[in-house]
Amino acid sequence: MMADFLPKGQQLPIVATLADKQQESPGIYTLHLAMDTDSSFDFAFGQFNMLYLLGLGEVPISIMGWQQNLLLHTIRAVGRVTQPLVALNIGAQLGLRGPFGQGWPLHQLEGQDLVFITAGLGCAPVVAAINYAVNHRKKYGQIVILQGVKHHNDLLWQPQYECWRDLGNCQVLLAASEEKKRKYHWRLGMVTELLALARFDANHCAVLMCGPEIMMLAALKQLAKHQVSDKSVYLSLERNFQCGHGSCGHCQLGPYFVCKDGPVFHYPQIKSWFGLAGV
Amino acid sequence: MDKGFLPRQQFPELYQALTKAGYEVIGPTVKDGAIVFSPLAGFEQLPTGWKEQTSPGRYQLEQTAGQRCFYWNTGPQALKPWLFKPEQPLWQAEQTADGLCFRQTPEQVQPRAFIGLRGCDLAALKIHDQHFLKGVFTDPYYQAQRQQLFIIAVNCARSASTCFCVSTGDGPTATFGFDMLLDELEEGFLVASGSDQGELIMQQLPLANTKKKQISEAKQQLQSATQQQRVMPDEQQLLKLVDRLEHPQWQDVAERCLACGNCTLVCPTCFCSKQESHSDVKGQQADQVRLWDSCFSEQHSYIVGKVFRPEISQRYRQWLTHKLATWQQQFDRSGCVGCGRCISWCPVGIDLVEEAQALLKSEADDG
Ligand SMILES: Cc1cc2nc3c(=O)[nH]c(=O)nc-3n(C[C@H](O)[C@H](O)[C@H](O)COP(=O)(O)OP(=O)(O)OC[C@H]3O[C@@H](n4cnc5c(N)ncnc54)[C@H](O)[C@@H]3O)c2cc1C
Ligand code: SF4
Ligand code: SF4
Ligand code: SF4
Ligand code: FES
Repeated sequence: MMADFLPKGQQLPIVATLADKQQESPGIYTLHLAMDTDSSFDFAFGQFNMLYLLGLGEVPISIMGWQQNLLLHTIRAVGRVTQPLVALNIGAQLGLRGPFGQGWPLHQLEGQDLVFITAGLGCAPVVAAINYAVNHRKKYGQIVILQGVKHHNDLLWQPQYECWRDLGNCQVLLAASEEKKRKYHWRLGMVTELLALARFDANHCAVLMCGPEIMMLAALKQLAKHQVSDKSVYLSLERNFQCGHGSCGHCQLGPYFVCKDGPVFHYPQIKSWFGLAGV
Repeated sequence: MDKGFLPRQQFPELYQALTKAGYEVIGPTVKDGAIVFSPLAGFEQLPTGWKEQTSPGRYQLEQTAGQRCFYWNTGPQALKPWLFKPEQPLWQAEQTADGLCFRQTPEQVQPRAFIGLRGCDLAALKIHDQHFLKGVFTDPYYQAQRQQLFIIAVNCARSASTCFCVSTGDGPTATFGFDMLLDELEEGFLVASGSDQGELIMQQLPLANTKKKQISEAKQQLQSATQQQRVMPDEQQLLKLVDRLEHPQWQDVAERCLACGNCTLVCPTCFCSKQESHSDVKGQQADQVRLWDSCFSEQHSYIVGKVFRPEISQRYRQWLTHKLATWQQQFDRSGCVGCGRCISWCPVGIDLVEEAQALLKSEADDG
């Protein structure tokens, strides 16, 4: 007897071909992937795929976007799998499983002000949501983008931030924590300090966050000071992923499997678990 | 349930009936000083006369004068490695002239009859069914093995000192999930069926009518198996473990725990796994393999630049709070079926019941 087939694309990878590659900053590339599949690839921003390189293994990577029938993944080369991934030549093939997890509830948030808070070297799941909001500008109120980095040239997608700022009705605030001299358009300090300058309605907003947990914890404190209720906050978490779909047990946070119940969580859902050391 | 009586000297006829029906018979046998499940060439390989003495950190087989084959209670493992395998190839990737190809690793399955599973084993099987069959996706490898199982359960006639299935509600009686059920008496077996397939096998056995005395004897020994020393706090109590994440007891247990992960490997309900890519020398072909893993390993919580649970106290806390508390939110019941394996197979004798009680007793961390 032969076992049933693994669902293709979910448990058995499908083949994706590198159609284009763009360098975003040193060590960060956006891969444009053509998918070898007949079915359409439906996904929500904030969901992720498991990308596979022959003989090396899989890594979870957020879905950055969809452009001209190509799937976009922005990848930071940090190790065993991601380094060779970004070094692939056009035409090379890789494996892909997904999409997995819960994305940002962008439809549910229509009509509200959107506040995006990210820190670190860029946060693909949030950038995807920003792009969506900007492209559907009429559906949302104010759009505020807060991004913190150590040095201003760490900022990923710099041209894109300029572009968002130039839209006029989109407030972009940037902070560099380890810079000595202030640059034009930049503030010195932490991303959380930018909230004081942000223009949005605390009673009618949604906050979308992604970044190191310490940053998100600090931001939550600041948000509370600005009268933003927990109910308005969504955040994307990171854990070790092996299977991507709630089977391997690696990504647990209390009663949740981050891969399947997240990676985007409504903050009240995980509040009692979030930020505890060693959980 | 109608029971029949199978005299001990005719017990091998059950083996014959099973093999005739096409099953490979898997049962308990003595190997390296422990009871393990393996393919049986005949019932003479059953652990006749053996029982185990267990205590925290200790498991020892002991020969008795009797003829019973199921007088022991547990071994280090029962069903888990047969369905959720320690090493499971999932799929293969190959670089061919036509490009990259992916295919599922074929899985050979053959009808198997397991004899000697207990109430706690069946409770653990039900938990794994929920996880592997009713999760986001069905695991086809688990499912393939699961679908062809024929289960002959045995009611426990005694309890090991580490057993506490009475307090978790999972034993010592097997109440569901079997095709046949045995009560072992000195002179033979009370046999009942639990499914149509079980009924078919049962019809082939030279069964005698049961005697009143046999029924009451079976009842009595079951009753004696319910006398257990360990009592796991009830599920409502266990939920409170998550209010005690800062309890000093975690540090206390961390000083004893080696983080070896034995407890998770012998536990019939633990399901953690990791994946590895095993490639051939030329790098043209690779197998994606799933391997058992444990929340006691440091890598379990590793992401680039961070380990979420660097301390042993945090990893022990993950084990205990998951197994006993957060498991309840995930699967509507605790993940512990009271088999006591993690207690006897812990090299330093850490007793999870004692730890759970200690954590719940003190109100130090309340509020
Ligand atoms: C939901 C989610 C979305 C992500 N999105 C992106 C993205 O859009 N762009 C991006 O550049 N990175 C993203 N990451 C991080 C990315 O997964 C890691 O950078 C990558 O796994 C590192 O792999 P490596 O083999 O190069 O690193 P190494 O340090 O050599 O090895 C790390 C190994 O740990 C394992 N691992 C499992 N889960 C993780 C994890 N979460 N982080 C790190 N290692 C992990 C993998 O097997 C990996 O090979 C995301 C992570 C998660 C959980
Ligand atoms: S936690 Fe221990 S006693 Fe409970 S089921 Fe697992 S191994 Fe058995
Ligand atoms: S106790 Fe640990 S090893 Fe067992 S299922 Fe939970 S996280 Fe996995
Ligand atoms: S509790 Fe015992 S078996 Fe479990 S990891 Fe610690 S030392 Fe090993
Ligand atoms: S990644 Fe396997 S359970 Fe979440």
